[in-house]
Amino acid sequence: MEYVLIFIAAVFVNNIVLAQFLGICPFLGVSKKVETALGMSAAVAFVLTIATVVTFLIQKYILDAFGLGFMQTISFILVIAALVQMVEIVLKKVSPALYQALGVFLPLITTNCCILGVAILVIQKEYNLLQSVVFAISTAIGFGLALVIFAGIREQISLTRIPEGMKGTPIALVTAGLLAMAFMGFSGIV
Amino acid sequence: MSNTKILLNGIIKENPIFVLLLGMCPTLGTTSSAINGLGMGLATTFVLLCSNMAISSVKNLIPDQVRIPGYVVIIASFVTILQMCMEAFVPALYASLGLFIPLIVVNCIVLGRAEAFAAKNGIFSSGLDGLGMGLGFTFALTLLGAVRELLGTGKLFGLEIFPESFGALIFVLAPGAFIALGYLIALVNKLRKA
Repeated sequence: MEYVLIFIAAVFVNNIVLAQFLGICPFLGVSKKVETALGMSAAVAFVLTIATVVTFLIQKYILDAFGLGFMQTISFILVIAALVQMVEIVLKKVSPALYQALGVFLPLITTNCCILGVAILVIQKEYNLLQSVVFAISTAIGFGLALVIFAGIREQISLTRIPEGMKGTPIALVTAGLLAMAFMGFSGIV
Repeated sequence: MSNTKILLNGIIKENPIFVLLLGMCPTLGTTSSAINGLGMGLATTFVLLCSNMAISSVKNLIPDQVRIPGYVVIIASFVTILQMCMEAFVPALYASLGLFIPLIVVNCIVLGRAEAFAAKNGIFSSGLDGLGMGLGFTFALTLLGAVRELLGTGKLFGLEIFPESFGALIFVLAPGAFIALGYLIALVNKLRKA
């Protein structure tokens, strides 16, 4: 039950993009087509889960054990950057098909703030390892859900006539605002 | 390019939020009031200024292949310094900005300016560029924070302008952030064309 609650809270109530404002850059950047949105979501889910496990273990067995809490930001970002590189190399060797599908998105993920954000959030919330993994996967699903819905709406918007000044980012932001309003309807269910 | 031109470039011509559209996460996440926006902007300015100058001074020592990890470590060090100082001297602001302080590390503007400007220019002009970009960022965040605070609660920097019951609470919540920023960018687009 506890894990179900973490799942629902992370996907709907505290959606990472629409309620917590993490990962806005890919949300606005790669949401022009549903297909690329799906690819980006898959890449984020993959890296986010691995990164959360690795940073969790580092916090527990290195930073906490030796009293190096102040090194958190530096060590986490380095680990994430190295991890993304490693995932890229391993994927290229092991599964070229998956690499083809996710390849373009992987380098972008290092600067996606939801990876570092979730790694730090998990520590702040004092989750154990299993809770952290569930939280990471649900957050990634929430990110994917928001991104794919948004991409679907933007595909439709590209077919309509929009006032000159509102074209591009402004109309996308207002749309995202309306989407966030819809997601606010979930607040209070957990 | 003259010094004033470098400084003004970041504030007006290439404003990171309104023109370059970089660093959207803290822009939306921390601007529920004007004072929070100002605080976040100044914190980012500090990191931008220091990291630009530091990166510019070591740019010839870092091999080209590992420059990005190198830059990230430099930026992360300044963010850690900032984190400790804010926790010590302005604990209330530190608490309300929360997660977004460590996340300055992954703010696209900081790494973007390191790569686009500091890696090619001298220490002094890199510092100016960092300062200009930071002030432009601060200006945008404060403006957005002020608009949201005024429409949401009827206050500006905590001073009451009109009674709170006339405010639309939605502007302080998440959807208002997206909508207010969308209209502000539309307005800037319009002014730039005119």
